[in-house]
Amino acid sequence: MTNPLTGYLLVAALLFAIGLAGALTRRNAILVLIGIELMLNAANLNLIAFWRYGPHPEMLTGMMFAIFSIAVAAAEAAVGLGLVISIYRHAKTTDVEQMNRMKG
Amino acid sequence: MGHPLYFGYEHPWREFDRFLRESAGKGRLAVGIVFYLISAVAVGGALAAVLLKNLVHCALALTVAFLGLALLFLQLDAQFAGFAQILVYVGAVAILVVFAILLTRGSDLPKEGVFSKSWVVGLAIAAAVFAVLGWVVLQAGPWLPNETAVPAVTVNQIGQALMGRYVLPLEIVAVLLTAALLGAVIVAMHEKEGTKQ
Amino acid sequence: MQEGLAFTPQLGTSGIAQWLWLVPAVPMLASGVIALLKQPMKKLSSGLAIGSLTFSLLVALVAFAHVVSGWSHGYAVREVVDFSWIQVGTAHVELGWVLDPLAAVMLVMVTFVGLLIFIYSTGYMEHDENYTRFFCFLSLFAGAMLGVVIANSILLLFMCWELVGLTSYLLIGFWYQKPSAAAAAKKAFLTTRVGDVFFLLGIVWLFAQTGTLLFYDHGAGSMEALALGGLLVHHSAWGLTAAGAIGLLIFAGAAGKSGQLPLHVWLPDAMEGPTPVSALIHAATMVAAGVYLIARVYPLMAAGMPAGGTTTSLTAVTWVGASTAVFAALIAVAQNDIKRILAYSTVSQLGYMMAGLGVGGVAVGMFHLITHAFFKALLFMGAGSVIHGAHEEQDIRKMGGLKGAMPVTFLTYGIGMLALCGFPLLFSGFWSKDGILEAAQHWSVAKAPFYMLVFGALLTAFYMTRQVSYVFFGTWRGHGHGHESPRVMTMPLAILAFFAIALAAIGTPAWPWFRAFLEGRAARIDFAGFNEPGLMALMLTSSAVVLAGLALGWFIYGAKSPASEEPDALEKAMPPVWAVLRDKFYIDELYGATVIAFYAWWAKVADWIDRDIWGDMVATVTFLFSRWARLNRFLDANIVDGAFDKGCEEIATGGGLLARVQSGRGQTYLRLLAVGVVLLTAILIWSTRP
Repeated sequence: MTNPLTGYLLVAALLFAIGLAGALTRRNAILVLIGIELMLNAANLNLIAFWRYGPHPEMLTGMMFAIFSIAVAAAEAAVGLGLVISIYRHAKTTDVEQMNRMKG
Repeated sequence: MGHPLYFGYEHPWREFDRFLRESAGKGRLAVGIVFYLISAVAVGGALAAVLLKNLVHCALALTVAFLGLALLFLQLDAQFAGFAQILVYVGAVAILVVFAILLTRGSDLPKEGVFSKSWVVGLAIAAAVFAVLGWVVLQAGPWLPNETAVPAVTVNQIGQALMGRYVLPLEIVAVLLTAALLGAVIVAMHEKEGTKQ
Repeated sequence: MQEGLAFTPQLGTSGIAQWLWLVPAVPMLASGVIALLKQPMKKLSSGLAIGSLTFSLLVALVAFAHVVSGWSHGYAVREVVDFSWIQVGTAHVELGWVLDPLAAVMLVMVTFVGLLIFIYSTGYMEHDENYTRFFCFLSLFAGAMLGVVIANSILLLFMCWELVGLTSYLLIGFWYQKPSAAAAAKKAFLTTRVGDVFFLLGIVWLFAQTGTLLFYDHGAGSMEALALGGLLVHHSAWGLTAAGAIGLLIFAGAAGKSGQLPLHVWLPDAMEGPTPVSALIHAATMVAAGVYLIARVYPLMAAGMPAGGTTTSLTAVTWVGASTAVFAALIAVAQNDIKRILAYSTVSQLGYMMAGLGVGGVAVGMFHLITHAFFKALLFMGAGSVIHGAHEEQDIRKMGGLKGAMPVTFLTYGIGMLALCGFPLLFSGFWSKDGILEAAQHWSVAKAPFYMLVFGALLTAFYMTRQVSYVFFGTWRGHGHGHESPRVMTMPLAILAFFAIALAAIGTPAWPWFRAFLEGRAARIDFAGFNEPGLMALMLTSSAVVLAGLALGWFIYGAKSPASEEPDALEKAMPPVWAVLRDKFYIDELYGATVIAFYAWWAKVADWIDRDIWGDMVATVTFLFSRWARLNRFLDANIVDGAFDKGCEEIATGGGLLARVQSGRGQTYLRLLAVGVVLLTAILIWSTRP
């Protein structure tokens, strides 16, 4: 690790991969959403890292991006979990493997 | 100038900050112990969130991961982002996740396993993604135009930016949040009405 | 023989010669019209036939008068009208007709006798339901026969010859429902066909050698000096000249038609036809066509005759004729069917005519032909009258005593019988037969034909007496009663009887008009003709022979009336000889065993070849085709269709497989997305590397 940026980027990549793994392998729909949240957070970390170590941090571009990302992620989480709840009410399960009504 | 203002709390923080900076500038370990610790926390929480069987434990682990990330933000001198992370993610999203788990009886252990039958494929794909990203990061040349200079970000500046340069995204995000709010309510409510009939 | 001056030949065509073609054409046309008529139109059909033949008779009489007038003025008439029928390359196929004394006398005879028989037929066939068809065929026959008579082109002669054969077949087999009649018709046709093959060969050779089909063509015809000279020069096999060989071939054709020895077998069987048919065709006209043919091509037959000698063809003609005369007369002795006796008698007399042509020339043979036509037609019609009166009975053993019941028939029949036997002086048969005997006596080659012919005369008298005594004398042995025939049948008998006597006048040595007429010489009534050396002796000899035959016959059969089941007197005397004679010397059986057996075998072989070999080949080809078709179908159904179906199946399966990608599960889609991200990132990085 020759520079701190690499470290943060690696951590972000690792977090992203873990979140992806969770989203791809867990059966519960909520855990898929958890994985997605982790991926978003990893992306936020990337943004902040690049803001900090990139040129012109006084422009606040990275910070702003991250803040908006947080806001949007919150909204998305709300809607997604609401969907999961409504699906649960309908299908009595949150198992993604059983939700294949869109089968081709 | 002198020391930047961190939310008005200068004194206890100043020391910590100085320690961090000093440790950051020493020797080969460019990032320092603190970074590794916080990273470990974040990554561990994330792993736990993904691997645990009990969903509530997963949600709590997720909270830990969020906290870790918030600390990483703080270390990156993005105090506002860090606190926003805590406020929003830990304070709202994690609670929301817990609520969802509770509402969908996620605490009950499922009959079949928690992992899908083809979890190896998913793991492999995630590993591939990590490999690609890691490789990109590692083989990129050193490029740190702003290593040591600490950006002095005040809330005032952030406010100015929000109202100035980023006013449009701000408004749009406001609309988005409203829509999300309404949408979530409708989705939950609509279903209730439908089942009643 | 009275020698006269030979007339100068006259060329050019008179008016009557131009219209001579009407003589055969009108009866043929009448035949065509009658063919279109319905069966019940009896009066119309017979009226048409008789009318057409009357017309032909009138034209023939005019032509005859023309020739006679020419003759009396010292011209030898020979008028020719030719036309070209087809052109093949540079060669022309010529047809045409000729009017000369030979044709003229024959025309008159054929039309006159034919007309009488037509009239007779209206009575004889009255109750037959196929009356109209009968007259149609009769008319066609008359037209064809007249065509043979006037033909100047050997091809036209052959065409009419074949037509005559066809109508003979149709008329013999007139009552075709009878198997014997149908078989007899077939036999007649096939036997004459054998002769016709040789005839055709002769025609082809003659045409090839002389280059012309015409007999007389102003010096270029095949019967004229130039062509004959060329034929004599040419030599063929066995030391024959071309003239000799062609002559023999043509005689073979004539032998078939005129029933000479090997090809005579059809004539007796031809009695299956109605009696008018027997009278017309097998007594007077068709069988005479062979003799007429030899007379017509006589210049060819006699070509190169050395003085006092004879040619090969004429020798053959004489021998065959003499043999036939004796052979047939022997068989006639042992027959019991009234018409069969007359049939064999006809064969015998034809032999006489041929012999006469061979030894004495055209006039001698033709005179006997003319007289024979009249009295043989008379005899046949008389026999028809007898059959009619005896209620369709034909076996003479079942007749008898008819002279009282049928006086006219008896009288006319008696006249005809005496003419046939050659009763001295009064009857034409005597003079015509005497002419032949005289010529045979002076024949330079051999004397045997003379003795054969004399023996034949004896036999003729004998069997005719036998027949007459069986039929007219004695007591009636049949069933029912005999009755006289109607006027329409007896009138022609009377007319013919008159001519059987009257024709004697033109053939005596005192006034050899006929001979002179044919040979183009002058003729005078001169009783000095009887002063010919040996003539009186011959006349006495032949008279004695005839009387002896009559006496012998009367002695054995006489007025006795044997019962119908009793065997004949001669049969009791010489059973084996009688059996041989009655069974016609087993000639028919011989033919049956050899020719016909071979033919049947050959037909079987041909059938086997056709059915088994060709049939198998066809079956193999069809089998191969059907297999090929099946193979095609198999290929099409299984391979082509199969491949196509398989392809479609594969596509469907592939589609099914691809559809499984759409699992409907979000996680799967997510995975695919992630894979896509990895790949795209990799590509992006790879492409931006320095």
